Order: sequence, then structure tokens, then C-alpha cells
Amino acid sequence: MLTIRNLESGYGQLRVLKNISLHVRSGEIVAIIGANGAGKTTLVHVVAGLLKPWRGDLFFQEEDITRTPVEIMAALGCVLVPEGRQVFASMSVEDNLLLGGSILRKRNGTAALRSQMEQQYARFPVLQARRSQLAGTLSGGEQQMLAMARALMAKPRLVMMDEPSTGLAPLIVREIFTIIAQLRAEGNTVLLIEQNARAALDIADRGYVLETGKIIVQGKAAELLANNDVQRAYLGREQIG
Amino acid sequence: MLWEPDKECIKEDDLKQLQLERLQSTLYRVGTHVPFYRKKFEELRVNHDDIRSLDDLRRLPFTVKQDLRDNYPYGLFAVPLRDVVRVHASSGTTGQATVVGYTKNDIRTWSNLVARIITAAGVGKNDVIQIAFGYGLFTGGFGLHYGAELIGTSVIPISAGNTKRQIQIMQDFKSTALVSTPSYSLVLADTMMDMGINPSGLSLRYGLFGGEPWSEAMRQEIHQKLGILATDNYGLSEVMGPGISGECQECNGLHINEDHFLVEVLDPVTLEPVPEGEVGELVITTLTKEAFPMIRYRSRDLSRILPGTCPCGRSFKRMERVMGRSDDMLIIKGVNIFPLQIEKALFEVEGTKPHYQIIVEREHHADRVTVLVEVTESLFSDQMKKQREIVDQIKRRLSSQLGVNIEVKLVEEKTLERSEGKAKRVIDKRSF
Repeated sequence: MLTIRNLESGYGQLRVLKNISLHVRSGEIVAIIGANGAGKTTLVHVVAGLLKPWRGDLFFQEEDITRTPVEIMAALGCVLVPEGRQVFASMSVEDNLLLGGSILRKRNGTAALRSQMEQQYARFPVLQARRSQLAGTLSGGEQQMLAMARALMAKPRLVMMDEPSTGLAPLIVREIFTIIAQLRAEGNTVLLIEQNARAALDIADRGYVLETGKIIVQGKAAELLANNDVQRAYLGREQIG
Repeated sequence: MLWEPDKECIKEDDLKQLQLERLQSTLYRVGTHVPFYRKKFEELRVNHDDIRSLDDLRRLPFTVKQDLRDNYPYGLFAVPLRDVVRVHASSGTTGQATVVGYTKNDIRTWSNLVARIITAAGVGKNDVIQIAFGYGLFTGGFGLHYGAELIGTSVIPISAGNTKRQIQIMQDFKSTALVSTPSYSLVLADTMMDMGINPSGLSLRYGLFGGEPWSEAMRQEIHQKLGILATDNYGLSEVMGPGISGECQECNGLHINEDHFLVEVLDPVTLEPVPEGEVGELVITTLTKEAFPMIRYRSRDLSRILPGTCPCGRSFKRMERVMGRSDDMLIIKGVNIFPLQIEKALFEVEGTKPHYQIIVEREHHADRVTVLVEVTESLFSDQMKKQREIVDQIKRRLSSQLGVNIEVKLVEEKTLERSEGKAKRVIDKRSF
């Protein structure tokens, strides 16, 4: 689905990503974990077409996307659920969803859009209950759900989620992650960026650990959970003795 | 039978991507955590960032046995000792032992890779596997043991030695698979004959052999004597132990677990890659090891990559059985000779036994090679003429195949030293 080789990128003079190679196979949840400032958001921004790579190769479904801008990426089926939700606060829940579905409507018509919206309401009943409410009045967890639903409106092939757990209560985090796991069960592919390594690796198939712009270890999620470096740095488990 | 079909039949492009990802993070980890590699990378002015393709591997430094000795015991570990759950040491075939370590994940990976090899050899969970490799610091016994247990095979951890007891247990416990060196399986076969035990009455069906070079002729001999499917597997403790590569039931070369190891075949003198398919030294880089990663470890083992694909469906490249060590390579009158070439020639002559020894001496600045070879008792006792014919026959074969003249002496059965582990084939009495 997604293949990245030797990616380098950053802002201005600042090189954030240093020789990153990774891949995501169809139907997988792949977690990218790492501390603040490791380069996780920069990475998804490059994939989403928001930021240009300095060097390296990116392929999405075998297609070279190294210089593909964000609108084309969205049309190709690669969508980003941004960090901090970024819902349109002054628009209603439903209008947010309609906006997310604009690509689908252009491609498949209004009926497809409607059915896609019904699916999202079924997935997130709370959004249906608040369909005419302004998005800005939703709770943090509800806004996260809206951001996810809005991204799913495009019927994407790859959903990238940037820190979906940020600022949410543990119970809500669990709910969000249950929904992400469900997405995979429905055949979706997810690239999950998370600081909450435990929650991410619990649902992921595989993971990559990003540290100062480099991938220091990768493997099956279970292997990463058992890796001592990962435990010490990201799972807060320091062995005594 | 495949243990991990999705991995063992991986597509070439997917494999290359996986290898590159794993190589890059391995380099990052060794460059950060192992002072030895950090220094080497600095000396060569190579950074892990510079490695952008698998071909860039050639820019990286080699690791040799002496580096392991210089960093004895824990200097090359990439994790703190508290993360290490197992320590092994090399068998020390040549010189001082060296130490290797494993994390929990390493043990898991190792078991899994050995399980692939045991499965490929035809052994499954309904089998009874007799592991006659040494347990202890040597990686052979434990390596096979963990892989076999993971599959669910019934494991008999008998360890090496005590040949009569091995046979007794093989009989009583109804072992279906034997793990040992190939030469030891013939020691077992001969001892069975002495004990009056007919191997065809045993339950034994598979032999998983490793630890020393052997030949196709020896496989035939093992098959004839023990009636088992003999497969080869390969590993070395510096890199992991058994599990690096192994033969499937097609018996046409050892599938390399390429998702965990990068194997180069280099000319042992120039250290440049040999032309495709030609014999050279195996140089191995680990891709997933946590505690003891190795970058371009010079194995000293000689082999080549076999062309074509295998009918078994595995997509991993196959290597030919190791045909000797680059340090065992004898340079006789300027000709490179491997003990296995001599073994091959011996096997082609009727009446000889698979036990032989190569003595190298230097007289008046000239190398002299003598091969001592055991012959059957009947032949040794009375037929002088027949003996001379055999000597001539072997000599002719050796000189035509090797291009140098080699003395041949026939000896009585069982006069050459038997080994329960690796057979000692070459005695080099030259001093340089």
C-alpha cells in the first residue's frame, strides 16, 4: 500500500527526518511511535503531500507520490486525521462530514455520499445525535470521532491518524482505539502515529520506533512490546536491579 | 511443509524493502550502542544515513573473529547485560572462545527460524527428535531444541556423545529424527552394525545435519546405511547459531532466511563479490538481532548461491552446502584445495570408508600431502594387488581433479580417530 525509502525532510534548514524507510501493507495497522519532536507528524505530513520530501522515494499503491500534492493524495485515497482534530468549529457536524465527502460526491454521486454518511453515523452514534450541533461545541472525544468520520467520508484506502489520543481521557482513548481496530476488521489500512505506545501497539500489527528522525527499531507489535529499549523509553517500565 | 508460508515465500520487492528497513535500523543501533562499530563507521566515514540501498552494504566494515576476541566477553553487545537472557560461546574449533548474547526477542526469533528449518526438513509435531548436538555453551543443542519445541515435536535432549546409549534410546524412545553432525550419524551406523542392530528396524526417518562440511556422496552413504532423508542446515554461533539456512526435502541447497540475514559471497582474498553463482566466503549481516548484531561477519565458510528457484515454493535464495573453510583451504604448490574435494574423490572409489585424514608436510621446501583412508577389513587383510589398484585409482582421481599429486595410504578400519562432534580432517605439519 505505502512504501517509503530513504526519506529525508524538514523545515527550512532543519532536517527532521533522516533516512526513513518503512512500509504499510494493505489491511494492516502500522504504528509509528516516538517521543515529542521525533518527527512523527513531519512524516505523515510528507506522505499526505503537505510537506515536500528533500530526498527519498515514496510509493502509494505502486505509484510514485514523491512530488504529489495534498489534493491529489486525497483523491488517490490517502487521508490524514490531523493532530488536535482540527474540525471546522463554526460548522455543524453534518457539514463537516459533507465537506469530508466532497471527493466521494464528485466521483460517485450524492447517493454514495449519503450511504457513506449513514455508515459513519452507525459507527459513531453520538455524531448522529449531534448532527446539527456546531462542531466547536463537541467534547474532545467527540471532536476526535468527527475528525475520523470526516476522513472516512472520502472512502480512503489509507487512513493516517496523528495522535488520536492527545488530550483525551483514558476511557475515551480506549473507545477511539477500539474503533481503529474495527476499521481494520472492515478491511481498512491504518497508519497510526502515537505517543501512547502501549495503546497503539496493543492494536497494531507492526510498528516503527522513531527517535530524532531515525527509525531505531521495527517489527511486529508484540516484538516491540517485548523490546527492552521500547519498554524503558515508551512504556515507562524500568526494570529494577 | 512451511512454518511461515507468508514470510518464506515473500515477493522479491517486499523482501528488499524489509531488508533495507531492517538493515538501516540495525546500523543505527550498532552505531549508537556498540563503540567498536561507532569507531569503525567513523574511520570509514560512513554513517548509517549513507546506507540507502542493499548495495551500499559494501561500504560497511567487516567484522572478523579476532574482533570478537578483542572485545571479549561483552564488548560487542548492543544492549545492556540486564536485557540479555542467554549467553553462548562459540565452539572454539579454532582458538579462543568468543561470547554471544540473546535478548528475549532474540530467543523468540531464533526459535522461529530454527522451526522453519526443522519444518522444511520434513519434521513435524508428531515426530520424536533426538538432539545429539552438544548442549551447553555451544549453540547447536539449544538452538535446535527451542525450534523443535516451538513446533511441538517431542524433544529428546540427549546431547552429544555416548554412542551406545544414543542407539539404545533411539531404539527404545522410537526417535524419528536425528540431529547431529553428518559424520556422527555414520559413527552411529557403524556402531549399530557392531551391536548387531539393523537400522531398518528403527523408527528413524529424518536426519538434520550441520556443524561440519559434508558431501553429496556422504548423504547417499547416510541414506543407504540408516535409510533416512538427510538434510543439511547451517549456522554459526557468532551470527546466531543454527537457523541461518537449511535444506528442504528437495535436497537441492539450503534456503537462507533472508528476511533476517543478508548473505554476501566474496572472494576471500580480494573481498570483492564473486561473479554470480561462484564459490566464495559467506559474509553475513544480521537484520533483526538485538543483543548481538553482526555487520558483515566473515564466516570463513565457503559456498555459493545456487541458480534457479526451488519447487518447494520458498522464494529465499539457496546456498550450496558449505564446502570448507577459507582457513582450511590448503594451498599446495600454489593450488587451492579444499578437504571436501578430496572427500568427493574418495567416495567415488569402491571399497573405501568415509573416514579419512589429510596430512600436509613440507620436505625440502616442497609440500607433500598424504591422504590416509580407511578401507574395508576384507580388502585390507589379504588382497595386496587389489589394494594397490585402489591406491592407484584414488591417486589418479585426485591428481586429475585437483591438479597436484597426492600420496595415498590405506589404513585398517577404525584406525583413524573418531569424533563425536566435528571431524578433524586436516593435519597440517608445515611451519611457515
